[in-house]
Amino acid sequence: MDKIKVIIRKEWAEVFKNKMVIFTVAFLPLIMIAIPLIILYSTREVGMGDSLSADVSQIVSSELCQTDLNNPECFQVYLVSQFMMLFMLIPLAIPITIAAYSIVGEKNAKSLEPLLATPITTFELLIGKSLSAVIPAVIATYGSFVIFIIGASFLITSKAVLLAFLDLRWLIAIFIVGPLISVLAVNLSLMVSSRVNDPRAAEQISMILIVPVLGFFFGQMAGLFVINREVILIIGVILLAIDAAVVYLAIRVFDREAILTRWR
Amino acid sequence: MIITENLEKKFGDITAVQSLNLDIKEGEVFGFLGPNGAGKTTTIRMLSGLIAPTQGTAIVNGYKIGIDNQKIRSTVGVLTETPGLYENLTADQNLRIFAELYGVKDIARQIEKYLKMLGLWERKFDTVGTFSKGMRQKLAIARALIHEPRTLFFDEPTAGLDPEAAHNLRNFIADLRKGGRTIFLCTHNLDEADRLCDRIGVFKTRLLVVDAPSNLRSSLFGRKIVFHLQNVNENLIASVKKFDYVTDIKAIDNKIVATLDNPELRNPELIRSLIDNGADLTFVGELRHSLEDVYLQLVQNAE
Repeated sequence: MDKIKVIIRKEWAEVFKNKMVIFTVAFLPLIMIAIPLIILYSTREVGMGDSLSADVSQIVSSELCQTDLNNPECFQVYLVSQFMMLFMLIPLAIPITIAAYSIVGEKNAKSLEPLLATPITTFELLIGKSLSAVIPAVIATYGSFVIFIIGASFLITSKAVLLAFLDLRWLIAIFIVGPLISVLAVNLSLMVSSRVNDPRAAEQISMILIVPVLGFFFGQMAGLFVINREVILIIGVILLAIDAAVVYLAIRVFDREAILTRWR
Repeated sequence: MIITENLEKKFGDITAVQSLNLDIKEGEVFGFLGPNGAGKTTTIRMLSGLIAPTQGTAIVNGYKIGIDNQKIRSTVGVLTETPGLYENLTADQNLRIFAELYGVKDIARQIEKYLKMLGLWERKFDTVGTFSKGMRQKLAIARALIHEPRTLFFDEPTAGLDPEAAHNLRNFIADLRKGGRTIFLCTHNLDEADRLCDRIGVFKTRLLVVDAPSNLRSSLFGRKIVFHLQNVNENLIASVKKFDYVTDIKAIDNKIVATLDNPELRNPELIRSLIDNGADLTFVGELRHSLEDVYLQLVQNAE
């Protein structure tokens, strides 16, 4: 455990001196907080008269709305709910950036061999590197959500709308699906980083994970499906299975001998 | 202490190390010489528990590779071919990370000890990115020593350094041997190996020869004694050639070069013979073959 902590501290000391990493870790959550808050602010007057158009009425009849919400409130919940998937970009992008710069940086500096020559096990090294990328991502995700809720409480007059953002659907997404996405992202980034020598290339290839997230975002926007509690739970279970597979593959890629003889 | 028995490493169809048998005593400085791609780095990686051999076994500091790899890594220090330092971190941070990974007790004292020994103490809080190549190499050596390893593996420690930095580093390694550590030194610098090593092994996928540098010279080329004379004539050449133990003789300018074993024993007789035959002897010396001659001869023979 002590060695894992050393690796995490080393990673943070090294990687957070990189401007690109700092930019991603700081800037992305700010955007993801700002967008839904701006939407909440700009829609605070919408439909105040309780008369909504036919389209909007259809929207608010969706299962996203709880029974105790009136139409304008439900419209706000619906709009901001669309951005739940965008919130999932925080635990996805941050670990990819950290892991890409960490692994490729070590490869380029040829600093992995001295590290592997210490009594640390490859498992400890892998866990240390993974956690150093996952922890900031999870903290940023949780922190962003808390800031979003605090910000929303100033903009929303209806307690029912605010409570809708503390619904189990959001909580599962933020507190369970978020970390699972981080684990997937960091392990994929690790595997990609083992094959490339440019952190930007590793980052860009790993960002392929953004496609399914955006797919969910646009799918829900287009009304193809609704990400309700059941869907988010199913997503969580599927992610758990995928995580187990990628962690297994990452352990194989992160084998001491493979790093020294095959990583180029 | 390092013992290897038929140690072998293959990468697919390519044999990097073949049937390596070594017995390196505690406190010995062992030079491992060979051309690029000979398998020297692969050997170090196997002996430091980093990669597994395909065949054979080795014992390092009393631990068997493949079984006690972690114990081996705890008791050896490895200076890799490239320093592999964290450029954005300070010298202190670089050493601290490794000291913690090695479980060093008094980290601050160890850092101070080695940074002072290597003349980097004043730059303790400077980032490694600002260091010269020589300073980086010194810091990498401090990192390899921070946990007081019993055996050191140095892979090309002076490669790419300017003559002064290389000289200082060689002196440091010479001082290290006084501490009783076993040093396994991979180098292309034959002069360095000649000066530092008790024995050298010439290696090209397989071990070609192992011996003390002086023994290698004499076994390959014999020992050549040079007699400087006022004048050389056939009579004087014959006065040396007549002895059975003189295996070869050449006259070059005003010098007679005789190849023989054990010149310390034979020289007085040869000198007497020359003087008795009227030689005006001005100087007697030994013509030393460089280790480079030895190395080239062995490697070329192996091809």
